[in-house]
Parts: sequence; structure tokens; C-alpha cells
Amino acid sequence: MTIYLPIAELSVNILIILGMGAAVGFLSGMFGVGGGFLITPLLIFYNIPPVVAVATGANQVVASSISGAITHFRRGTIDIKLGTVLLCGGLAGATVGVWLFSLLRRVGQLDLVISLLYVVLLGSVGSLMLWESVRAMRKAAKNQATPLRRPGQHNWVHRLPLKMRFKKSKIYLSVIPVAALGFCIGVLTSVMGVGGGFIMVPAMIYLLRIPTNVVVGTSLFQIIFVSAYTVIVQASTNYTVDIVLAFVLMIAGVVGAQYGVRVGQKLRGEQLRALLALLVLAVGIRLAIELVIPPKDIYSVVSAGFGF
Amino acid sequence: MRRLINIALAALTLSFAAPASAQLQDENANDFTEKLEIGISTDEIAITSDFRGADLTIFGAVDGFNPNLLAQGKYNIIVSLEGPKDNATVRKKERVFGIWVNTSSMTFELVPESYSLSSTRDIETIAPPGEMGNMGIGVDHMRLVPLGFVGDGSNLGEFRNAFRRIRETSGVYERDPGGVQFISSSLFKASVRLPANVPNGVHVVRAYLFRDGTFVAAKALPLRVVKTGLEQVITETAHGQPLFYGVFAVLLAVITGWGASLLFRKE
Repeated sequence: MTIYLPIAELSVNILIILGMGAAVGFLSGMFGVGGGFLITPLLIFYNIPPVVAVATGANQVVASSISGAITHFRRGTIDIKLGTVLLCGGLAGATVGVWLFSLLRRVGQLDLVISLLYVVLLGSVGSLMLWESVRAMRKAAKNQATPLRRPGQHNWVHRLPLKMRFKKSKIYLSVIPVAALGFCIGVLTSVMGVGGGFIMVPAMIYLLRIPTNVVVGTSLFQIIFVSAYTVIVQASTNYTVDIVLAFVLMIAGVVGAQYGVRVGQKLRGEQLRALLALLVLAVGIRLAIELVIPPKDIYSVVSAGFGF
Repeated sequence: MRRLINIALAALTLSFAAPASAQLQDENANDFTEKLEIGISTDEIAITSDFRGADLTIFGAVDGFNPNLLAQGKYNIIVSLEGPKDNATVRKKERVFGIWVNTSSMTFELVPESYSLSSTRDIETIAPPGEMGNMGIGVDHMRLVPLGFVGDGSNLGEFRNAFRRIRETSGVYERDPGGVQFISSSLFKASVRLPANVPNGVHVVRAYLFRDGTFVAAKALPLRVVKTGLEQVITETAHGQPLFYGVFAVLLAVITGWGASLLFRKE
């Protein structure tokens, strides 16, 4: 059963797209991540032009992050003030990212940069998470408490100027690292089509020492707005958001996510983190292999429509 | 000295030969009473949401043919369906510090996005390669003009070959020797294929008539490939009102995400 994608201008098997959306949705529901880092590479493996995959992936991230954000909003675990500072950096980053995206597309290095970024980020975040969760599992086996946040402990981040009080998070922190983090995530959102939660959450916990209970909600808050902004900018400058593809992915994704959540609730935190780490590493390794092994064809052809 | 004489001799022979061949040409030209006509059942192909490519049948007739030559199978017909033209860039990867990176590229000017060729027999046997090259018929003879500076042009050949190979293996360039059949003495039908990932725009059906290895007549017909219905609306909105389109895409995502969370909360 095929469906024609009007923006990608090709016919694809709708069942494969539905399957992809459901699988990624399931995993994102299970691990509480947006799933952008899975959907974009999958679409590229399925021969969707990378330009379309990235922009459409960002659109899918909006849908998959929104229900999570609503839940957190009801529970009151979103720090709007902190989220807004992150968002300011994020919007600036996304603007730079879209510009960078067009530039790389012109010089023909977009695919390489996307792959390299994925390999570096997924590889490092995956390894760190795996190491952390294995340690936590060992400690749990010895019946020791595992504090994620060590109160009172400060690092260089806390010596920066321009401090601001974030009441909900109960922290007093410089806006510079917060906006900078938002900026970096914004660049990644528009270049890689990811929400960036898998980087933002650990960075907020370990680097900024923000209490874990507000981290996920606040990062989702920022992801929704930055992804939405990226979709609009990509649509206006590169015309690469395929709404048909995005919609099929979304529908399958949100349904898959509901089942993922149920499975996720049955697993323990550190087990969940170890599994997510393995998944992240697997995607990173898959992309790394692609870069290193000799390609099937050293030549590639792109026509002006999507090549520049 | 010897060489000079040779050249002079050659020139002499040529000057004698030239009028003779010119005369021959004239005879042929006068002889070209054949006329080629073609027709397609539609001048528009609609892309719908379940579009999987299309097979097109083109009918044609040769008028004023020489029955003797026809009986000997001296008439050959080539029909091509050429997609809209666009610049295409071929990139070449090389290993740099262990990873494969696009290092060089070449852009060809206005090449068809799709190309389906059908003929009475293998086109290499219809006319000499030189003639096919001049007319640009067939994937191997398609004009591939590089855009911009290409250095000494030593790598032109490899990029051209790579381009042809990739376009053929991906199925957008096709050939079918034997796709044109005579259904009566002068009536023929040709089948050409529109691939599933067909580009929109004006495609051109071209038919060429050859008599005994010489080009006689050609005919061209436009064929519009258009998106219809929802697909058309989406494409037009995406390009015409991109801001609205982007906002709509986001709204759709918000509604889907929100709707799902409401729907599943009730259960």
C-alpha cells in the first residue's frame, strides 16, 4: 500500500512509515524522550531526502512532546521562568541552525555533518548514560541510595555572573549557561531534526544541578517551542516539511507512545536508563559504521530541487 | 614534402567525393516523403495519493512510407519520454581520515529528471553512434554539459558515467529495446514508463523515425504531470504560503499530541 508524499515527491509504503512511527513512539513513550534522534536517521535509511527527514522529524517531535508536557504542566513540574531562558537561547540557536543547514546543503556536506553530529552526540551521551546507569544498578544491588544530585556541591558553572533566582527549581543560577545550553540544543534541533532532550536532560541534571523533578517537564516545554519554531522556519526557507509524512508518523507515534509508557512504568529507573543508553549507542554505532565502511557507490546524484 | 602531397591528394579526392555525396544527400532529402504522426490518449497525468508510476502507450503512424523498405524492416522508430529538466550534481566520496567524505562534485546543466526510451530495436543498431550523439537520443548520448569550471576536464568522463549509471539503477532512466511495435504496416505503438518518483511538470514525448540508419522525421508532444486534489493543495500551500503551512503543520502536531493524551486518559 503506497502513499505519495507531496513534498518529498516520492511514493512510499505507508505500512513501513506507520511501523516506524509506532516503533519510535513506543520507545519514546517508554523512555520519556521525543524520539527525534531515532526518526530522522530511520527516514534517511528509508531514502527520504535528508532535508525532508530533518524538517519533518522536528514536526513529529512537537506531537510526541506535547502530551508529555501537558502531563508535567498539570503536575506543576515545569519551571516556566527557567524554560523561557532556555527558550530564548533555543530560538537564537534554531535560527543559526537553519542558516547553517542551508549553507551545508549548498556545499554538499549536510549529510556528512548530520551523520558526524549523530555519531559524536549519540556515542558520548550513550556511553555516559550507560556508565552511570550500570553504576547505579551496582549500588542498588548493594542497597545503597543513589543521589542523582548532590546538594551543596558547586562547579564552575555556579561562579558565572548574571545570576537569577528560579523559584520553582529552588536554585540561584547564572542565565549564561542556561541560555547557552538552550542555544546549542536549538542548533541541533534545526540541523539534526531532534528535540535534544537526550542531551538537555543530562546537561541540566549534571552540569546545572537543576532538581530532577522539574528537569523533564522544563526540557519538554522548551523542546515544543523550539521544534515548532524550527518547523515554521524550515517550512518558510527550505520548503521541506512534508505534512503527509509528518501526519502518518505522528498518528502512529502517539498511539505507540501510549503503550510504551505502560511498559516503561514496569521497569526501574536505572534499567530504563541502561536500555535507553544501549539504544542510543546502537543508533550511533550504526551511523558510525556507515561513515567508515566503503560505500556501495562512491558517487551520488542530487538534483537541484533537494541538492542545494 | 611527401606529407604535403598526401594531403593534397586527400583534398583532391574529397573535392571529387563531396559533390557525389551531396547529390546522394539531395536524393535522400527529395526522397523523404515519410511523415510521422503520434498521439497519446491523454495530455495530462494526475498524481494521486496512491500513485505508483504509470505506463503510457503512444500510438503513431508513418505516412508515405516505401513498402519495399518497410517489408525489409528498414524503418525504425524510437520513442522517448523526457521529464522536466533540472541541474543535477554528482558528488564523489573519498576516504579522509578514515571516513568517507564528499570531496569533489560536478553539476550538469539541465538534464531530464526522468527518461524512458523505447525503440523497435537496440538503438545502437538503428543508426551510427555519431548520429545518435548529435541528436542526443538515448541515455548514453544524452548531453551532459558541466556547469562552471571543471579544471582540465580529465574527470568529466567518470562523472558522466557515474551519473548515467546511478540514474539507470535508480529506475528514473530506462530503456526498452523492443518497446515499439508495428501493429499494422504503418501503425505502431510504443510503451514508455513514468517512474513512481516522477517529477512534476511538463514531460515531452518525442518520436523519431529512421530509415535505413538515417534520420527522417521527428515529432514531439507535451505531457503534463500534475499533482491533484490534496497533493496539489499541499504543494501549492507549501510554496505559496509557507508561513501559514508551517504554522498549520505545527497546529496539526499539537492537536494530534493533545488529542492522543485526552483519548488515552479516558480509557
